Amino acid sequence: MPDLSINFCGVRSPNPFWLASGPPTNTAYQIMRAFDAGWGGAVWKTIGEPIVNTASRYGSVDLKGERMMGLNNIELISDRPVEVNLREITEVKKRFPKHTVVASLMVESKRETWHDIVRRSEDAGADLLELNFGCPHGMSERGMGAAVGQVPEYATMITSWVKEVARTPVIVKLTPNVTDIAHMAASAQAGRADAVSLVNTFNSIVGVDLNTLAPRPSVGGLGSHGGYCGPAVKPIALHMVSSIAKRPDVKIPISGIGGISDWRDAVEFILLGATSVQVCTAAMHYGFRIVRDMIEGLENYLEEKCLNSPMDLVGKSVPRVEDWGNLDLNYKIVAKIDSRKCIGCNLCYIACEDGAHQCIRVEERPVGDLRHGHDAAAKHVPHVLEDECVGCNLCALVCPVPECITMEQVDTGRPAMSWKQLQEARGKKPSCSMEDLLTGK
Amino acid sequence: MPSDPAPQLPLEQLEENFADINPPLSAAQALEEGSRCLFCHDAPCIKACPTEIDVPQFIRQIMTGNLRGSARTILSANILGQSCARVCPTSVLCEGACVLNAQGRKPVEIGRLQRYAVDPVIAAGTKLFKAGAPNGKRVALIGAGPASLACAAELRQRGYETVIFDANPQPGGLDTYGIAAYKMRAADVIQEIEMVRALGVEIRNGVAVGREISLAQLEADFSAIFIGIGLGATDDLGIPGEELPGCLDALTFIEQTKSQRFDQVGVARRVAVAGGGNTAIDVVTAARRLGAEEVFMVYRRSQQEMSAFDYEYELAKKDCVTFVWQALPVRVLGNGHVEGIECVRTQPGPKDGKGRRSFVPVPGSEFRLDVSMFIKALGQKRNTGFLQQIARLELKNGCVVVSETMQTGNPRYFAGGDCVNGGGEVVDAVAHGKRAALGIDQMLGGRGKANHA
Repeated sequence: MPDLSINFCGVRSPNPFWLASGPPTNTAYQIMRAFDAGWGGAVWKTIGEPIVNTASRYGSVDLKGERMMGLNNIELISDRPVEVNLREITEVKKRFPKHTVVASLMVESKRETWHDIVRRSEDAGADLLELNFGCPHGMSERGMGAAVGQVPEYATMITSWVKEVARTPVIVKLTPNVTDIAHMAASAQAGRADAVSLVNTFNSIVGVDLNTLAPRPSVGGLGSHGGYCGPAVKPIALHMVSSIAKRPDVKIPISGIGGISDWRDAVEFILLGATSVQVCTAAMHYGFRIVRDMIEGLENYLEEKCLNSPMDLVGKSVPRVEDWGNLDLNYKIVAKIDSRKCIGCNLCYIACEDGAHQCIRVEERPVGDLRHGHDAAAKHVPHVLEDECVGCNLCALVCPVPECITMEQVDTGRPAMSWKQLQEARGKKPSCSMEDLLTGK
Repeated sequence: MPSDPAPQLPLEQLEENFADINPPLSAAQALEEGSRCLFCHDAPCIKACPTEIDVPQFIRQIMTGNLRGSARTILSANILGQSCARVCPTSVLCEGACVLNAQGRKPVEIGRLQRYAVDPVIAAGTKLFKAGAPNGKRVALIGAGPASLACAAELRQRGYETVIFDANPQPGGLDTYGIAAYKMRAADVIQEIEMVRALGVEIRNGVAVGREISLAQLEADFSAIFIGIGLGATDDLGIPGEELPGCLDALTFIEQTKSQRFDQVGVARRVAVAGGGNTAIDVVTAARRLGAEEVFMVYRRSQQEMSAFDYEYELAKKDCVTFVWQALPVRVLGNGHVEGIECVRTQPGPKDGKGRRSFVPVPGSEFRLDVSMFIKALGQKRNTGFLQQIARLELKNGCVVVSETMQTGNPRYFAGGDCVNGGGEVVDAVAHGKRAALGIDQMLGGRGKANHA
């Protein structure tokens, strides 16, 4: 049986599944429920000078039958007094000494204020500190959150203030609302951060009510940009995590956040460089109980791969993320349609015809119904012009039948050749045609 | 009233017995069902719909909250889209062709989604279409069934003046009078016809052509004439006792359930129905739901050979109808009223000209069913008497022969619906009506091409 425990900056956690700072981690009551359910850690809802929230606070994007593909919020940090939050941290650590409690912090940009909150949090028993440099709405208007995280010098400066007094490891939570998040990670590291966590939420307006014309969520007819999260942001978060993992001068651990809903999402973040993962939207949607399958799923996966620890997975896919210029231009795949599995929806045809490279053909479907022995249910299977197929995947992506369209490798007999290599060869033989260069002649 | 009537059920019970067998979808159900549609390219459901409704498009419009657009997509292809949503044999049409079947999945419930889109528009009387600019030409239509209604609606949108002549007191033909009450009520059809009327189609009910107005008069007043007269009364068996009270034909019986309160429709305690088609199913289920205790469905061939759709047969089974396969009524018994029928067993005989196996009575196998009501559901007679009055009209098996454009042997006459195909679905009649409208338009100098909304 694999051991799911991890070591994050020297702090041992029962498993890599942490609750991200947010509504599910507002109180000791919630966090203790979460730990009972199986979560390995929790990042407390950001502690700071108590705020006043609005109603409403959340808005979401649905996709067909699926609710909350994306979630947007305009909620601020904790609305409870600092001392109440800290007292509850002590209670939680007393009952769950082995679980990881991270104090998320945000105070005004004054050295003494930061020193004070750091000391008090550590005295309360927090295992780690997470500096919230990411909150994109409300707090940023007051010079905190993303207002810090978007300016590299500020991020470095405040992190270094914290490090002046901190005895526990310090995580800097990064905002994705920047041009290069890896640069921000480097700035945090420059302030001696022990780790980074990302992504915080994306600036967003989740929608507009077509009748009232007010943005959603609406506060008495007005809206404000909020922070977007949930399954919809996962691919962007994955890229951002990998960009930090790939950056040679950033060597600190990563806690991955962004649309993680199940163990597979978690494994992807870990493979791209995360040591722990943080979950919020999925817990808001379905409750803490989702962690059970995350634990079992990860255990089964590790067992299948003959691995003992999730630490063995950390960053394993990072070397596979390459610059486009290093990809093999001579690698060729073509689509194959399994006529036994095809149900004849012809979505692959129209996708290729209108949206890709016109490499699929199908006859027009005959008119007729099932009466009078007409075989209207006969499948109308398209075929791929393999010589034309560019191997883009689109047909396989739109096909509603699992494994009906597969992309199969074709041996071109050509040597591997990347764009960078091609450029090099071109420089050497400027008179050679592109085709000749690609074939290695 | 039959001599041995079934015990009278309270009206509430009867209403419940005839409640909508396919109740409307809620908004949440419609969204869930609609989300199953793959939005196929060159979709087979369109190809399997005689009126070629753009099914994926109207489902997508439901999903985007464009219900009015969805209704427009449906009704521009099929003006009786509301009726068809309820009465179409979707399992052999659009839903039978749905690609999900090939994956072993339940097809998208296209009929119910169609109803979801169309019902509110019809109920609100929303005007989705408008008449074309008057072109000064007039077309008469004989019969106010689905074929004529569809033809007239199409012609009005092209600027033709249209007048429908119908012998019945209410328009709609079999759509109004001949559909099982648990599928659709007469009032639903009337609402739908209001939409056709709102286009400016004039419908003159209680006017039988050949009686109140002559064919010569129509020919003098109108540039073209569309024949949508359907079929005639139910076929007779030609057996002794058929004239006894308590012996009636299927259409009369169904019409009673559609035009009267259910507690006004008489039914016997024990009923026999002759036939094996969808109309026979409508009759046996109606008889059971009215309170008949035992209903026999007597069919001269075997179960495999009956023309009723599978789902119709399932309906009758659920209603606990007793099936008497391979039996032929030979005599209606009774003294002053029906007291029973005498049947003889049949066995398969040689194949007939159409390749269908005939049946032959088995001598000495006579048996008796004690019933006090006997209903014939054997298909309908052809209206050859009327049709033969029209010069140069070509008939085959009593049906009007038409060209691709639904033009008859007499170029000024077009025809469609049951009088052409010998008895089909509402959707077939609508398709004929539409096609005939294009044919008429072409003949009278129009473009004769389908409108694309």
